Amino acid sequence: MNTAEIQGIVAKHQGHPGEVLSILEDLQSRFSYLPEEALRFVAEKTGRPLRDLYGVATFYKMFSFRPRGKHLVSVCLGTACHVRRATLVAEEFEQKLAVKPGETTPDKQITLETVNCVGACALGPIVVVDGHYFPNVKRTTVQKILERTRNEGPRDDPNKDPRIFPVEVRCPRCNHTLMDPENPLEGHPSVRVTISFGANHGCLRLSSLYGSFTIACDFETPPDAVVHFFCPYCHAELLGATSCMECAAPMVPMVIEGGGIVQICSRYGCKGHLLDL
Amino acid sequence: MVSFKLNGQRVSAESGATVLETARFYGVPIPTLCEMEGLTPFGGCRLCIVEVGEGEAAKLVTACTAPAQEGLRVRTASKRVIASRRMIVELLLASCPQSKVVQDLAAAMGVHQQRFRQEHEDCLLCGRCVRMCKEQMMSGAIGFQGRGGDRRISTPFDAKSDVCRRCGGCIYVCPACQLRCTFNDPERAVCGGCANLSPPCVGHGQFDDMQCYMDPCAACRIAGA
Ligand code: SF4
Ligand code: SF4
Ligand code: FES
Ligand code: FES
Repeated sequence: MNTAEIQGIVAKHQGHPGEVLSILEDLQSRFSYLPEEALRFVAEKTGRPLRDLYGVATFYKMFSFRPRGKHLVSVCLGTACHVRRATLVAEEFEQKLAVKPGETTPDKQITLETVNCVGACALGPIVVVDGHYFPNVKRTTVQKILERTRNEGPRDDPNKDPRIFPVEVRCPRCNHTLMDPENPLEGHPSVRVTISFGANHGCLRLSSLYGSFTIACDFETPPDAVVHFFCPYCHAELLGATSCMECAAPMVPMVIEGGGIVQICSRYGCKGHLLDL
Repeated sequence: MVSFKLNGQRVSAESGATVLETARFYGVPIPTLCEMEGLTPFGGCRLCIVEVGEGEAAKLVTACTAPAQEGLRVRTASKRVIASRRMIVELLLASCPQSKVVQDLAAAMGVHQQRFRQEHEDCLLCGRCVRMCKEQMMSGAIGFQGRGGDRRISTPFDAKSDVCRRCGGCIYVCPACQLRCTFNDPERAVCGGCANLSPPCVGHGQFDDMQCYMDPCAACRIAGA
């Protein structure tokens, strides 16, 4: 265990509100699990009782106490997916991989876990593999998903990944397409909108891959700032009636080609989004 | 001092008091489970619900956590309250039928049967032990873990705790395991007050299905002596 590294992670977040979650998140992504010694160390440094840290770490499904494999397969068992028989899908994964949820295959390739709602209920049952969403999964598609996963590179490689679904969106007011084929992001036409923040105005391009949060922006925006989104054609503000479930900032609606609405959070850096087909 | 209406009667309470405390002071019974004198209110078992407000806007709130406020209208035994309470106790019976405390509560409400799938949990998740350990024993060895159906009480990493003082406070306040440790010889054991049919700590891996953090267990030693 690299104490200096853990020390660095703790020092980076210490004193901020919500420090515990940030520290745990960083530890999880660094080690792919939360080592016991690391947790004890964090308890000592932050002065929080170990029982509380452990309580938080077991509360959230994103944390794990065993090293995870190269790929992470999350089967949604939230209410909407459950009623569409996601349990059968989970069982199928268990059988095919011969592991239980929370376990990793002996070859350290695939970790299976179940989660409660990933925010795409209309497309359920949902299976998320390394951050990419597979909609309407049935028992029979499980094999295919696994084959593809095994043949893929490590996670977080959206460029080479044919599995995610790109969306095409339009302005909800003037219905002009917001796609920008000239400036692709991650190999797909990007979504171009105008944003304003304080005195700054500029162009923001978003990846059109659902599940990817890659963006390109004209100017530096401080993290956590809520920015205003405008249609670059009719200049109407894209402002939804709902607010983000994660951070309560207003949501920005865009109409999906072929029906449906996708809403993204207007807070810079927040990954809150809603998909309604 | 604040004053409000409790079952139609005007009552007054110290500001900062809860509705439950006021009701007790005036002798109005409200059943409770997770609440315990000397521990911070938790609002976990929902048994102490009362109806606050009038007509359509009336809400069910837990009396143990609701602060007494000027002008409240509280009913402790309305139809809605009684029906909800009976349902709650039925659910408690379904998960923890062996608990003497739950049995007594149910009997007092005239609930003698429950309609759900019978489970035999060792824990009602009332959180008494956690608060006892932290607030009275100044130890903080145990806490809640997981969530939803996986929620449980244990020590971090389920390991023998290095801060637990083996005081037994947690077991003492537990409504599910009150005096329930019968070691492996119920006849000779000192406790067994709850008449568990099978001693929960025998045949289980340590800490798995029991809520006993004492090792060695004081009660067992006495029983074995
Ligand atoms: S026996 Fe241990 S866990 Fe239980 S209250 Fe005492 S210190 Fe806390
Ligand atoms: S172990 Fe006992 S006191 Fe602790 S939460 Fe469970 S039922 Fe309550
Ligand atoms: S329930 Fe599965 S995505 Fe919401
Ligand atoms: S006594 Fe009030 S919720 Fe348990």
